[in-house]
Amino acid sequence: MPQGRSPILELDQITKAFGGVEALRGVDFALYAGEIHGLVGENGAGKSTLMKIIAGVHPEFSGRFVLDGRETRFRSVRDARAAGIAMVHQELSVAPDLSVAENVFLGAQPTNRFGLVQWRRMAREAGEQLARFGIDVDPFSRLGDLPIGLQQLIEIARVLFSGARIIILDEPTSALSPPEVERLFATLRRLREEGTGIVFISHFIEDILRVSDTVTVFRNGRKVADAQVADTSKAALIEAMIGKGREALEETYTDDIPLPPPSDRPVVLKASQLSLARSLRDVSFEVRSGEVLGIYGFMGCGQLELARILFGKLRPDTGALVVAGDEMAFRSTAGARRAGIAFVPESRRAMLFHQEPVYKNISISILDRISSLFLKPSRERSIAGRQVEQLQIRPAAVELDLGMLSGGNQQKVALAKWLSYPPRLLVLCEPTRGMDVGAKNDVIHIIRDLRARGLAIIVLSTEPETVLSLADRIVVLKRGAVVREFADEAISKDRLLEAA
Amino acid sequence: MVAGGSVTGSAADRKPPHKIATMLRSQMRNIAPFLTLICLSGFFAAASPSFATLDNVGNILTQVSVTGIIAVGLTFVILCAEIDLSIASIANVTGIAVAYFTLQESYVNIANVPLPGWAAILLALALCALLGLVNALGLTVIGIPSFIMTLAMMQIAAGISALLVRGQIAYKVPDLIVTLGSSSIGGIPWIVIVAALMLLGGHLVLTYTRFGRYVYMVGGNREAAEFSGLNVKLILGSVMVISAVCSGVGGMLGVAHFGSAQQNEFDTYLLDSIAAVVVGGTSLFGGRGGIGNTIVGLFVLGVLNNGLDHVNIDSFLKILIRGLILLAALVINVYAQRLRARAVE
Repeated sequence: MPQGRSPILELDQITKAFGGVEALRGVDFALYAGEIHGLVGENGAGKSTLMKIIAGVHPEFSGRFVLDGRETRFRSVRDARAAGIAMVHQELSVAPDLSVAENVFLGAQPTNRFGLVQWRRMAREAGEQLARFGIDVDPFSRLGDLPIGLQQLIEIARVLFSGARIIILDEPTSALSPPEVERLFATLRRLREEGTGIVFISHFIEDILRVSDTVTVFRNGRKVADAQVADTSKAALIEAMIGKGREALEETYTDDIPLPPPSDRPVVLKASQLSLARSLRDVSFEVRSGEVLGIYGFMGCGQLELARILFGKLRPDTGALVVAGDEMAFRSTAGARRAGIAFVPESRRAMLFHQEPVYKNISISILDRISSLFLKPSRERSIAGRQVEQLQIRPAAVELDLGMLSGGNQQKVALAKWLSYPPRLLVLCEPTRGMDVGAKNDVIHIIRDLRARGLAIIVLSTEPETVLSLADRIVVLKRGAVVREFADEAISKDRLLEAA
Repeated sequence: MVAGGSVTGSAADRKPPHKIATMLRSQMRNIAPFLTLICLSGFFAAASPSFATLDNVGNILTQVSVTGIIAVGLTFVILCAEIDLSIASIANVTGIAVAYFTLQESYVNIANVPLPGWAAILLALALCALLGLVNALGLTVIGIPSFIMTLAMMQIAAGISALLVRGQIAYKVPDLIVTLGSSSIGGIPWIVIVAALMLLGGHLVLTYTRFGRYVYMVGGNREAAEFSGLNVKLILGSVMVISAVCSGVGGMLGVAHFGSAQQNEFDTYLLDSIAAVVVGGTSLFGGRGGIGNTIVGLFVLGVLNNGLDHVNIDSFLKILIRGLILLAALVINVYAQRLRARAVE
């Protein structure tokens, strides 16, 4: 183990600011060969920023960067790659229009002596690599046609097998199913034996404790603790992360949770026999006012498509949607909004305008209700200000560009835009994905509050905890079909996982 | 208070160390074109005594008017991260159409259809709106990228122009168009006034109306606009029609301004208009910029074109110099985008 050896990577007093906001303040960090180093910390604590510095994404920072005992400075991601450092980013970064094989070999296709790509060799090797990782897929198929979870696995595989000696994984497990996580961990352990240095960022502290050797905790741009995994515990890490004992916040859901008896309030949305090509088969359900319907399933089970059908973005091949008694035409997202449906997609990037101020992000969906031909900016600002206050969005400045906010606060803005004029039905995809304990808890409270106000809410998630913490009824989707519905009974995480 | 909020809150509440630098960086998109304009004006004023005169300012204003009218609509299109390559052709066909419906002198050998002036103007406007609508439908309903769709429209409009004039030149246009295109009021050419009013109108629409906000949001992040429940197709379609109608107005006044309507008359206006919008700092990636930027861009082009005539250099070299200066402006545009992205990050 690391003691007594010199690290392959050593960072000394790293400081980095974005537009005047310091994201990292005097952070030291060391990584050894043959080590899996877990990083934990709340959103905005600086983990990803530090890793992006290591991967050459942020070339400007202050502090010493020592690789193999020599002080180095990367000017770009290419420099970092050349030095053997590769990173899997939190957001998917693949080329959807290229084949699986091309994605696996992106930027490093095998060529013959004339410089021509050796397609068959590339496909064969890509297939072998993916098979080692437990992925069985045609190397020639278009990557964008595969489910998102599989795309993420392929991206991870590309980095893992790139031959890099330092591998950084930023939230790699958030879109993966439990068996996929197992395969990832097995591969990480094998790479560790081969002497690779691995940094593993995750919000799932159990995962960190299971796979890492060392763990470092970040808070507020500083490193606040580091420990050998053997010497620490989940409670200790959570305490270091958020500064005081708040482990009670994160329930484990191993015990039975009682689901309430069926409600007799009016049905807000009734979906019947929805089918869509290869994604969905005869999906039917209903959701009532003042009720949260959880739709749970592994990545690729069709929930993303289902959510898009509900918001008019995709048109189902067959089936009907009845909203408050009127049949929906599935024509456009604008039509869905007019029918009183609100939607928060699984990716914040797909929902928000990063270069626009917070208040414009919040007002965009209600402009036609608060203004006619001409805008009323003061009204927009006051409405946005109220939402910022109610949802405790920080910093509480409606003029700030959205991109300056941390992920958790951005997610709150994504919710805030629908709440000034509450919709009939709120469709939320992965409302707490990639969020820290505190922000997660905030969002859960916001959603419960909305339910109390009589909204019908559909929560689609691949995280059992999210569904269990919110839902009154749970529908389990598997390969595009409803396989189980839980209502008026006690349920636990194991039973939910078992059903999926 | 929750932990997540307080952590980021305290990080951002502290005084940013380089507030002015950050602001300058994020405003680079607007500052750079303006500096370019000042430098160019300063250079030409120093190089030629005839440049910095009131008369010449009037010349420049008149010279950029037609481009300015066309660029109003194009600004909307580019703000949506689309492009319209048919603007010059639509200007041309609209100018030809308004002449086609006007009684020509007997020596003009065009089988035209003389109508009252108002009818000719309305028909010409309907024609350009219709062509814009075709662009809009191709882009939004069929899903053809605007670059290709408007490339086809460029040919279609040129084809209609060719069929209408058959290689001939028409001279007469309705009186209203003659007045607006080629006469002055109180020493100020009407065409300058029309251009100024249209630029002002475009600015007001983009800045103060709901539609204008939607244009910026669609350009800033189209997916997010759609998931916010905006009718993205309607907005994209509208900007294509606006662009075509602005081009049509520019074409009609241009015909009166030049004194003739003929094939290929507006060819240079395609690149000039795109250059004016982009040099002014409106992002080709959408969501950033505006009419204010377009105005600065128009003046950069106007000063450049006009100034090069005042200094004594090889007229063939001028084309190259223009190209190089435009390139420099575009480089600045891209860098400004990057600096801003970094400031926002």
